[in-house]
Amino acid sequence: MIGKLNRNSTLLSSIISIILGMLVGAIAMLLSGYDPISAYGALFSSVFGSASDMGETLRTITPLIFAGLAVALAFRTGMFNIGVEGQLVIGSLAAAFVGLKLELPPVLHAIVALVVGALAGAIWALIPGLLKAIRGVHEVIVCIMMNWIALFLSNYMVGKVLSNNSDSTEKIHPSASIRVDFLTDMFDGARVHLGLILAILTTIFVYVLLFRTKLGYELRAVGLNPDASEYAGMSVKRNIILSMMISGGIAGLAGAVELLGTSEYLAINPSLPGTGFDGIAVALLGANTPIGVVLSSMLFGGLFNGGSNMQYVAEVPFEVIRIVFAAIILFVAANFVKQLGNRKNRKKKGEKASA
Amino acid sequence: MLSTMTNLLETTILYSTPLILAALGGLFSERSGVINIGLEGLMTIGAFTSAVVAINTGSPWIGLLAGIVAGILLALIHAVATVTFNADQTVSGVAINFLAAGLAVYLVKALYDGAGQTPVVESKFTDLAIPVLKDIPLIGDPLFNTSPITYIALILVFVSYFVLYRTPFGMRLRAVGEHPHATETAGVSVVKMRYVAVLISGALAAIGGATLSTSIGSEFSATTVAGQGFIAIAALIFGKWKPFGVLGAAAFFGFSVALSLTGQVWGLTEYVPSEILTMLPYVLTILALAGFVGRANAPAAIGKLYERGSR
Repeated sequence: MIGKLNRNSTLLSSIISIILGMLVGAIAMLLSGYDPISAYGALFSSVFGSASDMGETLRTITPLIFAGLAVALAFRTGMFNIGVEGQLVIGSLAAAFVGLKLELPPVLHAIVALVVGALAGAIWALIPGLLKAIRGVHEVIVCIMMNWIALFLSNYMVGKVLSNNSDSTEKIHPSASIRVDFLTDMFDGARVHLGLILAILTTIFVYVLLFRTKLGYELRAVGLNPDASEYAGMSVKRNIILSMMISGGIAGLAGAVELLGTSEYLAINPSLPGTGFDGIAVALLGANTPIGVVLSSMLFGGLFNGGSNMQYVAEVPFEVIRIVFAAIILFVAANFVKQLGNRKNRKKKGEKASA
Repeated sequence: MLSTMTNLLETTILYSTPLILAALGGLFSERSGVINIGLEGLMTIGAFTSAVVAINTGSPWIGLLAGIVAGILLALIHAVATVTFNADQTVSGVAINFLAAGLAVYLVKALYDGAGQTPVVESKFTDLAIPVLKDIPLIGDPLFNTSPITYIALILVFVSYFVLYRTPFGMRLRAVGEHPHATETAGVSVVKMRYVAVLISGALAAIGGATLSTSIGSEFSATTVAGQGFIAIAALIFGKWKPFGVLGAAAFFGFSVALSLTGQVWGLTEYVPSEILTMLPYVLTILALAGFVGRANAPAAIGKLYERGSR
């Protein structure tokens, strides 16, 4: 009963945080002379406006679900995987490698590329996991460093190995693509692809793993209380390493899916893609639950995709969406809504006591 | 050969300056126990504000001051979220980065008709030559005929050392980052110290950002900062959370950038790709953390939320 109440108030404070975030965006628009009502109108009308809009929204949601799941899963074991970003880059790189260099029959080719992408992400996450487990090094800093190493490695490979000193690779072999005609037709040419279905399957996988298996129980126990878990006979080190590897695998899969479905080629990037960082926000707003991750991915994916349309129709710069996004994270992270409530209650109690 | 050496030194100093400043910023914040992943965002807002104000006033100095104010204001959000509302310090830092990147690019587009970058900053910082010293062969020109912000950065290293290790304020700040509860018992306000430390980090990181847009470069765009805030974090760790360590680490990272740039001239990149040289700071930081290149120990109370009366 208490659990349920808590969950409801978490949901409520999430919703209030979202509304407050949108208000911050509206204020930013008002201050710089834009009309927030027409801007938000353009945003929402485009999220589910046409079949093609809807398809693009779904495509935007897909990597967010993966990234959010990866962050949430690691977080359940007490690990802050801020390295989803780099694991995703490495996943893309590995998938591009398979998609370009191997020649395999259709379907099998795509499967191999996806598996290799996931494995590459898992290995990339193994390094911070190992260093945390064995030498007690804080995973956040190692992850941040690994992100940039991944970026430079990817840029090097694109320029020197996967192409001939070019800024981008050729397109991958069609046999490795996960774009399918029936989805493209259904959504009127939008770049929605099989990744969406994989994202849903991964959500179910994470749910089952965390809440229906012994390993999941251990992962969560270690996150809640490592000392008690160790005392109960679980290996904290083993769980930390496994959690990071599964998380990295999901992140790598995200990168592979993006490459094989959305872009179909790899290019040199001056900076990190940002999807992994978005995943932190997604997981946070989704309270680190699989279903919460899907819901918050839908919200942020809708905002991002609608935001591009808003820029086009209402001529409000897209970046206002980034401001809204940041504000929502801050409100949720600071547990702003609840704490304000608590403060008021405390004040009231204080007044009563002194009276 | 001599000219390439001078060139290498000059480029090293150029690229070290923003790192020294931002890492010093991180030093104050983290020494007080508050992780600052938001250095990147604080640099971004400093770079943006100082560029726009320098363009409009014609003075890079007024631009720099405005940048500092903007950095302090953004850091205030981080302080309120983490110190007052006990938000997760890393999450708040990530949000600060999002906020700064979004806000700066949004305002550039709003101010300059949808353009992706500001116009060129005509009135950028010009090199300041120090008489006599600038005539020292080889090192005179790169060290003593350079941007005024570089001198400021070097002076601030000494100032930071003095403040942190030779004043009661600095002693309290470090104590708050190691044993907050004991320090509070001794009559020091943990909340107040952490607020001040985070605001100082905003100011210093913003100066670092201003260097990028009004001294090294001469405009602001979405890619002006491009990860320097994260290298600054690396420099902070590699420098073992100490002012002169930070100076050494930042100089070394600046050197690796300079090497990857001038390396092309030497033909060095024929043997070692420039991407590998660019990776070096990050790899070294991981090795340092893992204890393979000396041990890097973080302040004890870093990242832990502080509640009065709890133990």
